[in-house]
Order: sequence, then structure tokens, then C-alpha cells
Amino acid sequence: MTALQSLTQRPWIWSFLATALVWFTTVLMTGTGGALGLSHAAFTFAAFSVIVGTGQMFVITLGPGNIDLSIPATMTLAGTVALKLMAVDNGMVAAGLLAALGVGLAVGVANYTLIKLLRIPPIIATLSMSFIVQSIAIWTNRGLRIKPPQLLAEFTTSSTFGVPNTALVALAVTVVAWLLLERAVYGRWITAIGQSLEAARMAGVPVEGARFVTYVLCAVLAAFAGYLLASFSGGAALNMGAEYLLMSIAVVVIGGTSVAGGESNVPGIWGASLFMFLVVSMLNTYGFSAGVRMIMTGFIIISVIMLAGGWRANAR
Amino acid sequence: MNTSTETQKDAVIAVEDARISFGAVKALNGAQLAIMPGECLGLVGHNGAGKSTIVNVINGGLTPHAGRIFADGAIQERYGINVARAHGVRCVFQELSLCPNLTVIENTRILHRELGGPGWRAKAREVIGRSLDAVFPNHGIDPAVTVGSLSIAERQMVEIAMAFSDAGIKPRLIILDEPTSSLDSGLAGKMLDYVQSFIAAGGSVIFISHILHEVLAVADRIVVMKDGGVAAERASGDFTEKSLVEAMGSVVKNETRQHSGRDLNAAPVVLEQRDTGLPFAAREGEIVGLAGLSGHGQTEMLLRLHRLRSRNWLPQRDPAVTFVAGDRRLNGIFERWSILRNLSVAALGDLVHRGLVNERAERSKAEDWRERIEIRTQNLDGGVLSLSGGNQQKVLFARALSTRAPVVLMDDPMRGVDVGTKQEVYRIIREEAAAGRTFVWYSTEMEEVCLCDRVFVFREGRIVAELTGEEVTEANILAASFAGLPA
Repeated sequence: MTALQSLTQRPWIWSFLATALVWFTTVLMTGTGGALGLSHAAFTFAAFSVIVGTGQMFVITLGPGNIDLSIPATMTLAGTVALKLMAVDNGMVAAGLLAALGVGLAVGVANYTLIKLLRIPPIIATLSMSFIVQSIAIWTNRGLRIKPPQLLAEFTTSSTFGVPNTALVALAVTVVAWLLLERAVYGRWITAIGQSLEAARMAGVPVEGARFVTYVLCAVLAAFAGYLLASFSGGAALNMGAEYLLMSIAVVVIGGTSVAGGESNVPGIWGASLFMFLVVSMLNTYGFSAGVRMIMTGFIIISVIMLAGGWRANAR
Repeated sequence: MNTSTETQKDAVIAVEDARISFGAVKALNGAQLAIMPGECLGLVGHNGAGKSTIVNVINGGLTPHAGRIFADGAIQERYGINVARAHGVRCVFQELSLCPNLTVIENTRILHRELGGPGWRAKAREVIGRSLDAVFPNHGIDPAVTVGSLSIAERQMVEIAMAFSDAGIKPRLIILDEPTSSLDSGLAGKMLDYVQSFIAAGGSVIFISHILHEVLAVADRIVVMKDGGVAAERASGDFTEKSLVEAMGSVVKNETRQHSGRDLNAAPVVLEQRDTGLPFAAREGEIVGLAGLSGHGQTEMLLRLHRLRSRNWLPQRDPAVTFVAGDRRLNGIFERWSILRNLSVAALGDLVHRGLVNERAERSKAEDWRERIEIRTQNLDGGVLSLSGGNQQKVLFARALSTRAPVVLMDDPMRGVDVGTKQEVYRIIREEAAAGRTFVWYSTEMEEVCLCDRVFVFREGRIVAELTGEEVTEANILAASFAGLPA
């Protein structure tokens, strides 16, 4: 009984329960034959949301007003630059990765410079930065669609022991993120800042440094996701990041992280990412039209947030 | 008894035997105050004497837990802000209360409900313009500009004129709380002249100021408050600046000084600051007090000392200063965290092993401090808000003391803490100071300031006096806190 109680007090449990529910509903329709394929696809596609969601989670942890809206543009630019540099050459895979991460680093530094030096609110700073980054991506890309190196394309689209490689990479990212958040000093600092910036400052937390690192980390993770996604989907497209703007925020919130900051969790991002993919495929299976699908998706997101939020408010 | 009912009958407002307590603190402890028509009443007292509380009772903002309020001789059962306004009670606060984004005219409309209807702008302009002209002739303020674009002095002028303005309900009792603090002597003089004529015309004024000669010059009668009650009440001619200060002090507690008599003048100076009046210096192992009336720059000094000696970008291996908050909600407690995490956050640098927090060391350190400072909880994993206020404050003390920082800055940390907790914390502070730690302690309580080895008294944002050893007495601190007396 106490084990069950302690489980229900985890904010992330709800996203997993919702995921299981949607999974069963879909499998009921398609029959057990489709179950494996569905799960495999869910893990493959959830991996990208997990990586960008993890970055967004760190930023949201910093407290009210902190958000990174430049994630889609960063993904696009990183994917474009990396594929162009690698030029379908298997020997350049590592160099491409470094270039992508470099793009993320630069965007993160630029974001925080805008926020700090020009005192622009993060929502506006990162949004305007995303226009600049997107423009650079358009200029770099020039409408060409360059294929990823053979090696990279194979890696991102295949599986190891039945688990998609992208999901394994995302798992590694989240394990490190969990360590950072729950065990490292850095995690203590950002949750302290998210609860009260002034109290954190007076307790000796290096506030500016921690915020700077967080914005850079988020952009680097977005760039990494862009690199993987471009390789996975056979080339960088200019709109490849678009759906990850809402996705990165939705998975954080559905995953049980407090929108007000100061209280975050990593497992919930997995639950929420799987859930988001499964909802769309369930509606597909039931044969809803695109319009109805969008409405239903929005409705389901709102319901989950209300249910989980209401439950937590009562627990307090 | 007969005379007191006589006073109530004539008084504009009379407060009788008012009692208010905030938690353990008795803000008003049977205070009496009656304001006659055509009288200027001076109200003086040190921090926590109950001045602001009784002012808030008179303007209807606070309802006393016990006691009676009379207005124009009639007892008021449901006295509140609206009743007070209907009797012509107006208040000018130290903290400016105008809306900075609205014009002077619009602010006038907000204060005077009766100014509604079409053409209210013209009416409001007329009302505030007349009052400004009367109080501050040649003021040069255009009522059509937004308050935010005015200087501090001009805002204060508008605020004062607003209180004296008449748009239907005649102002009869004006409470002026440190009205001259942001006015130069010329403007202050104009205002004081107007107060005289207002009184001559039958109005009443309660005048609160830390500038004693002003009070003596303006007031007809002076009430000295202390410990939530009235300590002395005489015609102002019977007071001198010296006797006023004496009346503010407490007679009994004079001998309770717990000085170690340590001679620290040879100890090395660990903290220095020279930009606010007299130079500030604190020595190793010294308990340094920041005194004076509250809001005269002490907290700003602490924040500046902290800012100049801590880093914002990189973690500090050896922190130079640590801070104990007085306003727990604002810059002390992390509400979502457990007691354990709240306690350890400042000392995390000492608990790190390869970037990760050593949770076993963290816990044992926290357990040590829990015992040492006697935080009353069984479970350090409980939420910090499950503790009482006093115990939350102890957690903040433990947080600061568990660091290796040689200097501890304290921002009036004992506000609203019970007596038992206070004594325990005093003991720990003395122990730590004996071990070589330096404490910079801003306190609004005289008893605490008198525990210090060296005291800097603040007035109007500057250090105006430095007292050491035997000079640290209530009389000296009071004398320095109020302008006009040689410290």
C-alpha cells in the first residue's frame, strides 16, 4: 500500500498511465499484431521530443518567464550546417556532430546575451533569435536537400536488440539529465533559482552562471536533436523543427514539471513524449480527419494537464 | 474617568485601550490616543513602539483585537477605512501611495470617489490645483502629467496636497508620517506653515517625524510611544529634544547589557565600506550592529556588502559572506524544498564530490546543525513550510552558519520570532563570534543592538554615528537616530 502511495505521489506517473491507456486503446483497434510495430515507432519518434524536451525542462525549471522558443530554428540550422559539412562523407560524421553542437553553443550564448545585456524577457529574446537563426538556415540551405552520410542514416534508422537507436541515444541523454537535476549541485542551483531568484542569490548560488549554462544546454540539446532528425529523415528540411516548438513545451508540462519553475522531473518527459506520439496514431487508426485530429490532440493535452494539475493541487 | 469621557466627546478621533498582536509580538498594548479639533499632535517613538500600528487603527486599516474607537464622541462598532474617510481622516504615508502610471488628475479621482460623472477631469484638476497652490505656492507642477514623470519631492508634494484637498468631504484629521523626508527645507517650511493655518482653521494633524526640532516646533502636544503604549504625553513646550529621547528609552532594561567587554580593537578588519557617511569597518570576531529607525538604509547596506563580496557567474570555493534573511518569504525560504535542502543550499560547495552532492555528508551535517540549533522537527525531509516561523528562521541561521564564510550578514532576522528562540540564537551568535566569526547585524530591536560590540547608527541612508563598547547604550542610539541632537 505504501509503495503504491509513494508511486502515485510521483508527478510523472500520470503521463505513463495516460500512455498505457492510449496504447491499449490503439492496440484494441489494430489487433495484437500491430502492437510491436506501434511501440517501435513510438520509441523512435518520441526520442526527438525527449531530447528537445529535456533542454526545455531545464529552462522552465529556472522559474516564471523562462522559456526557449528558438528550439525549432536551432534544430533546422544545426541539421543544415552538419549535413552540408559532412557532404555525404562517412569520414565526416564526427566533424558534423561537432559543427551541430557548435551551432547550439552559439545560439545559446546569443540567447543569454540578449536576455542579460539587453534585458529582454526570454520569451521575446529567444523568439527574435529564432528568426535570425532561421534566416541563416535558409541562407545556408539554399533549397538544396543534402543526404546524410550512409553510416549516419543507417544508424539513426536501425535498432539494437529491438530498440531503436535514436531511443537509446535519447535514453542516454535523459540519464545524464537526471543525474544533473537530481544529484548534481547544478540541479540544486536551478531548482533554487526557480523557486526564488532572490533567495538563491542571497544563499550564494551563482545565479547568472547557472542561468547562462541552462540556456546554452537547451540550445545544444536542440542542435543535437536537429542533427539526429536530419540524419533520420534523409536530409534537413527548413520546416523540420516546426512541430517541436509546441512539442518541447507540451512534453515538459504533461510530464509533471511545474510550469511555475523550481520543480522538475525527467521520467515524465519520456511518458509525455510517448503519449503525444500515440495520441496522434490512435486518432489516425480510428480514421479521424486531420481537423478532428488536431482538435482532439489539443483537447487531450488540456485534459491531462488539468487532471494531473488538479490532483497535485489537492495533494498540497 | 470623568475627564476621559469628556475628551472622547470632544475628540475628532479617540482610541481607547487598543490592543493588537501579530503572533508573539504585541504591537499595541493598551494604547490611548485622542486628537482634538484645532490641534497638532506630535507622535514619536523608536522602532516597534507602535506608531504605525496606531496610525493604521486611526485610518481604519487595522481593527484592534480589543479596545474602543470614538469618532466625534460616538463609539464606533464597525470602524473601517470608509468610516474613517467619512469623518475626514486622511493619511500621507512615507512610502508613496500614488499610482505612477496615472496623471495627478486621475490619482485625484481615485482618492475622491465623489468626483465622478461627466467632466470629472476638470473638477479633479480644480480640486488638486487649489490644494497644491495653497500648500506649496509656486509649485510648478502640471496636474496633467503622469505621476511617474515627477521627481520624488514633487510626488511627495502631490501626496501631501492630495491629503489636504477637499472635494466634498472636508479633511478634518490629516496624518503626516515622515512628510518632510524627501522635501528640501524650503518646501518643508511651506508645508509646516500650511499645517499651522490648517490647525488655526480648526483642523487636526498627527505629525510623525524623526526630526525632533520639527516636531517640537509644529506640535501643540506630543505623545511618546513605547512598547505599544503611551510612555509620555505633554504639551510640546514641556519637552526638549533631550527629554523626548529620554522618554523614548526604556528605564528598566538599562542594566541588562550582556557585554563580554572583549577588546577587539587589535583584531584585523575583515569588512570595510566607505561610501555611506562615516566609514564602516568590522573586525574579526566582532558583532557589529546596524541601528537607527527602520528603513533608513540598513538593509541596503547589507545587500551592498553582500553584492560586492559574492560572485554571480562562477561558484565560490571560499565564500566571503553569507546572509540571514529577515523577510523569509522574499529572500530566505525555498518553499517547495524540504528542511534538509533549505538548510544545506548555501554550503553545497563543501559537500560536492565530482560535481555530485554527497548526500550522506549533507544529511549528517544537517543533523549536526539540527541538534546544535535545536530545530524542532523529527524529520528533516518534511517540507520547510511545515515548521513554525521561529523554526524556519532557525533553518536560515543554520544555513548561514554551516558555511565557512567568515562574515555573516543578518537582515533583522528576529522579526516575529518568539522569546525562547531569540535567546537560543543569541547564544549561538556569541559562541560563533568567540570562535572568530564576524556578524553584521541589522536589528530594529534595541535589546539586540545592545548585544553588539560596535554599533553604526543610520539616518537618512547614511551612517551618522559609530558607538563602541561602553558607548553602546540605548540613550546614545536613540539620540543618533533622531536628527537634531549631537550623537
